[in-house]
Amino acid sequence: MSGTVRATLERASPARIARRPSRPQLIKASITTVLLLFAFFALPELLSLYYVDTMTQVAVYSMVTLALGLLVGRVGLFSLGQAAVLAIGAWAAARLLFATTQPYPLILLEAGLITMVAGLVIGLPALRLRGLYLALITLMLAGGITVVLATVNFPNGGHGFLGYNGSLLHIPPIRRPSIAASDPAYFRYSMVVAILMFALVLAHIKTRPGRAWAAIRQSEPAALAAGINTTLYKLWAFALASFITGVAGGVLAGAIHYLYSINFPTQDSITLLAVTLMGGVFSLWGAVVAGFLYQFLPALLNNWGVSADWLIILFGLGVLQVLTTAPAGLADQFPRDMARLGRLLRRAASRGDAP
Amino acid sequence: MIEVSGLTVRYGGVTSLDAMSLTFEQGTCGLIGPNGAGKTTFFNVLSGFVRPAAGTVRAFGLDLLSMAHYRRARWGVRRTFQTEQAIEELSVFDNVAMVHEHSRQGGSRRGDVLDAIAFAGLDADPAASVRTLGAGQRRLVEVARAVVGRPRLVLLDEPAAGLPDEETSHLAEVIRRIPEHTGALAILVDHDMSLVSACCTTTAVLDFGKLIASGPTAAVLRDDAVIRAYLGVA
Repeated sequence: MSGTVRATLERASPARIARRPSRPQLIKASITTVLLLFAFFALPELLSLYYVDTMTQVAVYSMVTLALGLLVGRVGLFSLGQAAVLAIGAWAAARLLFATTQPYPLILLEAGLITMVAGLVIGLPALRLRGLYLALITLMLAGGITVVLATVNFPNGGHGFLGYNGSLLHIPPIRRPSIAASDPAYFRYSMVVAILMFALVLAHIKTRPGRAWAAIRQSEPAALAAGINTTLYKLWAFALASFITGVAGGVLAGAIHYLYSINFPTQDSITLLAVTLMGGVFSLWGAVVAGFLYQFLPALLNNWGVSADWLIILFGLGVLQVLTTAPAGLADQFPRDMARLGRLLRRAASRGDAP
Repeated sequence: MIEVSGLTVRYGGVTSLDAMSLTFEQGTCGLIGPNGAGKTTFFNVLSGFVRPAAGTVRAFGLDLLSMAHYRRARWGVRRTFQTEQAIEELSVFDNVAMVHEHSRQGGSRRGDVLDAIAFAGLDADPAASVRTLGAGQRRLVEVARAVVGRPRLVLLDEPAAGLPDEETSHLAEVIRRIPEHTGALAILVDHDMSLVSACCTTTAVLDFGKLIASGPTAAVLRDDAVIRAYLGVA
């Protein structure tokens, strides 16, 4: 007995669990860094403006699916109102951009905070529900918000609280930050904002809230027995997800210059959940994959002259495949498949070498 | 010291605890009885998952039932579950740290957490994911969670269920030392009488929600009513 304890103590000596990253972690971090540097410096030079704009959208929707993945994967809350939350963020940012001359980062922060408050107002009553009922309620709320937005319209440089003037002949575009006026520069700007949002989520997952969310998702009784205020932490997740989506809405406003309520149909929320699940909700890469599925694939198909409506069918099949064979999504499955392919090729090669 | 008086719990027409009155003094106390006797219900009342129809629980002079459930854990109520609830997504260290950061913290987090893991005699890398652990090790993760951060009351719900003899005897040794190590009062529910005899100085017996015996463990296990209701005649 005392032998075991001593052995455990030695094993548990701080050196053993010092925060020195392991080899796989180092490899992962360096791959991430290289990819990000490539995307930041080389991508806008290599791509046509059409695809640069598409990549900006990928950055925006990676943030949206990051937020949704946080709710679904970390806390187990299924929200079908994400497109509406994005619309709130875009609306708030557009209103502030027309009304003030504040610097863009400040506007994004404010849009995020306003959306966070809206998300909390929605989230507080909704948190009494779980699973299907929470999904239903958020979907209904998203529908409601879409209806309201269709009535009040997005700000277009008009006066008053709503900032909309239906009789304007010349509608001014929503401004961009002065350092990122061109499309390639704005892509880089969006990417930096997205990286900051991913870092924000990572900082949460690796610390106290991340542990609390993991406990809540597996077992609420276990979380309560550990002294975790489950309501507080669920609200915290809702607030964080709304904040990130609001910031994404702000970036979206500058990206497309003109906002209309038809940009945010309720069914987008459903597609967003589908791509989030397909990308994978247990890793942050999943959100990037989901951003590509949601924005890059349609752009690619449009460019090829194929209707993007086919994607709805494809996404349906994709979700079915993910839910049945790869619950951790493409972000988890793809590297695994690649490793398997590598092993197969190596084996085939060594067999070929053999006499 | 935990003083329970007149505790009654009803689920619809079923009376799960029937005016239970009992005092747990100190050390490790056993709570035994046949299935459905109300043992887990009693734990659920203490941890706040079940609201009793009547009765009071005073824990070290404090009215326990008036506290919100997560606050009880912060005050010092800890428990393990009948079906083990180590959080799979987290490492061993994070499982224990999760309880520590919501408790009356004693010392440094790192030191306290490693201390608790060592106390449970958990022979696993603290950085290892719980997913990779066996059933016995997961039980010990739960025990480590239950002793970290100065607990006052540790509730162990069938911690040895499904464990092989060797791991059970290790667990018995750990449970026996919980009171002196943490200063907490421990209550053990189990069907393994050798475990209860090894760990508990006093034992109480429930049957159909009623207390039918309590006192020093050896005497209780020889009690006629207990043998009739639970242990059976050899």
